[in-house]
Amino acid sequence: MSSAVADAHADHDDHGPVKGWRRWLYATNHKDIGTMYLIFSLVMFFAGGSMALIIRTELFSPGLQFVIPSFFNQMTTMHALIMVFGAVMPAFVGLANWMIPMMIGAPDMALPRMNNWSFWILPVAFSILGSTLFMSGGAPASGWTMYPPLVLQTGDAFPFLIFSVHLMGLSSIMGAINVIVTIINMRAPDMTLLKMPMFVWTWLITAYLLLAVMPVLAGAVTMLLTDQFFGTSFFLAAGGGDPVMFQHIFWFFGHPEVYIMILPAFGVVSEIIPTFSRKPLFGHDSMVYAASSIAFLSFIVWAHHMFTVGMPLTGQMFFMFATMLIAVPTGVKVFNWTATMWKGAMTFETPMLFSLGFLFLFTIGGFSGLMLAIAPADIQYHDSYFVVAHFHYVLVPGSIFGLMAAVYYWMPKWTGHYYNESLGKLHFWLSTIFVNVTFFPMHFLGLAGMPRRIPDYSTQFADFNSIASVGAIGFGLSQLLFVYVVIQCVRKKGTVASQEVWDSPRGLEWTVPSPAPYHTFETPPRISSDTSFS
Amino acid sequence: MQKSGQPEPISTKALSFRLLALAVAMFGFGFLLVPIYDAFCEVTGFGGKTANSAAVDVVEMVDQDRELKLEFVTTVNQYAPWEFHSSVDSMTVHPGGIYEATFIARNLTDKHKIAQAVPSVAPQQAASFFKKLECFCFTTQEFLPGEEKEMPVRFIVDSDLPDYIDTITLSYTFFDTARLTDESAEMAHPEHSASKTGSHNVTR
Repeated sequence: MSSAVADAHADHDDHGPVKGWRRWLYATNHKDIGTMYLIFSLVMFFAGGSMALIIRTELFSPGLQFVIPSFFNQMTTMHALIMVFGAVMPAFVGLANWMIPMMIGAPDMALPRMNNWSFWILPVAFSILGSTLFMSGGAPASGWTMYPPLVLQTGDAFPFLIFSVHLMGLSSIMGAINVIVTIINMRAPDMTLLKMPMFVWTWLITAYLLLAVMPVLAGAVTMLLTDQFFGTSFFLAAGGGDPVMFQHIFWFFGHPEVYIMILPAFGVVSEIIPTFSRKPLFGHDSMVYAASSIAFLSFIVWAHHMFTVGMPLTGQMFFMFATMLIAVPTGVKVFNWTATMWKGAMTFETPMLFSLGFLFLFTIGGFSGLMLAIAPADIQYHDSYFVVAHFHYVLVPGSIFGLMAAVYYWMPKWTGHYYNESLGKLHFWLSTIFVNVTFFPMHFLGLAGMPRRIPDYSTQFADFNSIASVGAIGFGLSQLLFVYVVIQCVRKKGTVASQEVWDSPRGLEWTVPSPAPYHTFETPPRISSDTSFS
Repeated sequence: MQKSGQPEPISTKALSFRLLALAVAMFGFGFLLVPIYDAFCEVTGFGGKTANSAAVDVVEMVDQDRELKLEFVTTVNQYAPWEFHSSVDSMTVHPGGIYEATFIARNLTDKHKIAQAVPSVAPQQAASFFKKLECFCFTTQEFLPGEEKEMPVRFIVDSDLPDYIDTITLSYTFFDTARLTDESAEMAHPEHSASKTGSHNVTR
């Protein structure tokens, strides 16, 4: 292939990335888009985190110190919207983009141009959402759940809130279609569905959840929009509507949404724990069925968010027991992870530490979830800091630790260099200690009766609140260490990583060189016992 | 495409469009939830929802042995400029008997106003047994500037009402229908709500 003709042809068929901004704006390569998603979500993580620090600074002591209540409410609302739709969800989509084609032996995502759109919509959506902070009436302050009639009192920001949610939904739907089509149509020969790695499986289920519920959220906010501007009365009692209806529709989206944020993390730890236990995943197929059961059950438990709106006894019983039923497949998962480690030759590199932290702390969040599922008890806990403690335990050491574990686990594959292991471990220990210092006292605050979403509180809550605030600032600063570790790794400061990176990990992504070339698996690989699951 | 192990079940394009159709269908389903919930609550009486039209099967035997306490609650929505109360706080009724209660509302503004009252019954198990024969809540009510109106509601409590219920609360919330059409003007005058005692938002 050294003839001039062949060279010219090779030039024309250049497979390296385009130089400059075009590479990113016109990106269709799954690795480039994955990288952009991950960077975007990291930026959003810090934006949402700064808002959390404003909240915790104000709550450091009783009384109003730094911000006025309306701004405080804007911070709680924006923190949630940014963390849910800007940080956690795009980060998992970024991982899906990077890893799914490499894990199933596909050359790229099935719909690369749509992939470009689904990413570039996000910066637009969040610019719109962020701009509401500077509008008359301020940013949305009704809580991320956008309950009417409160949300209808939002100032000029209201239509911008709705349209930004529409755009986020659009991006998620396109991303989900892309993931499903890629997984269904582009797997390597002989990779049957049950031979797929768990991360791919959990993402397939997540993508179906996204397709099923993001349009429902879009519908709900559209109804808010028409109620406000076009004279409809979906949620206005005077016109025959019902504000509680919004809660039903919102939580029909909202509960599957929490599994959208956790299932991919389940997939991540299902990859990492076997690698560092040097054993195959225990019960791969039962993991698949457990994840599917969780996804199904997530559609029939929504009203457990609404036990206090006034529901008949039969309704409360149904939603209480259906919710508790979710503990069964989740228990299967926790059992399988534990059984995977049983008698394994375990080592504790940073990804494994984050996975173990996930396992312990997510389970604590799961248990407080079971407490909240008890309808008569929930009436006491409802809208208290106990709820705040619960969902932060499943989201921070749950979803976020899952993401951190994934980044440490696959970063040597992405950059071709190891991260600094000591700093990684330090990041883990600081994060784990501070996350508990931040959120554990909130259980006590909630049980003692402190309501959520308030800028001021009774002096009896002062001690636990100041502890939580110290923890939050510590957690926030610890994440700067993460950024440093990532930057050092991207700048190739660490040891060179081998193709396998870890000690005989399973999966196709470890059969390509490190760093992963711009194009991988242009011819589909044959899978062997080392690269298939189940 | 490049898959050889399994038969190609569906092309990428066809699958993408099917998934897109699923998303569009779910968008529609979100709207469909509204009539579904309404029908569900109408049938079951969940949420204290009572019929929005006159009951027709009025032939009932009056059960003189059973006494029920009927309490009235009146609420004015945040932006509605009315004074609104019932003529009595409560009354004693027998299941099966026809009764009438009177509610009084006064327009506090010097403008022509239209109101809509929204009823609710608690406990919600009683909702489907509380039958209104005539109610000011069936239609909107027009008020001249400063006008005071007496508005009747005629009703029967069905004698099939479960035995364990001895008290029924009938609640009316008064809404300004202009809130629906001329909402910006109303938002500009929120002092109506502040100047009224006993009024509060129906937000939960």
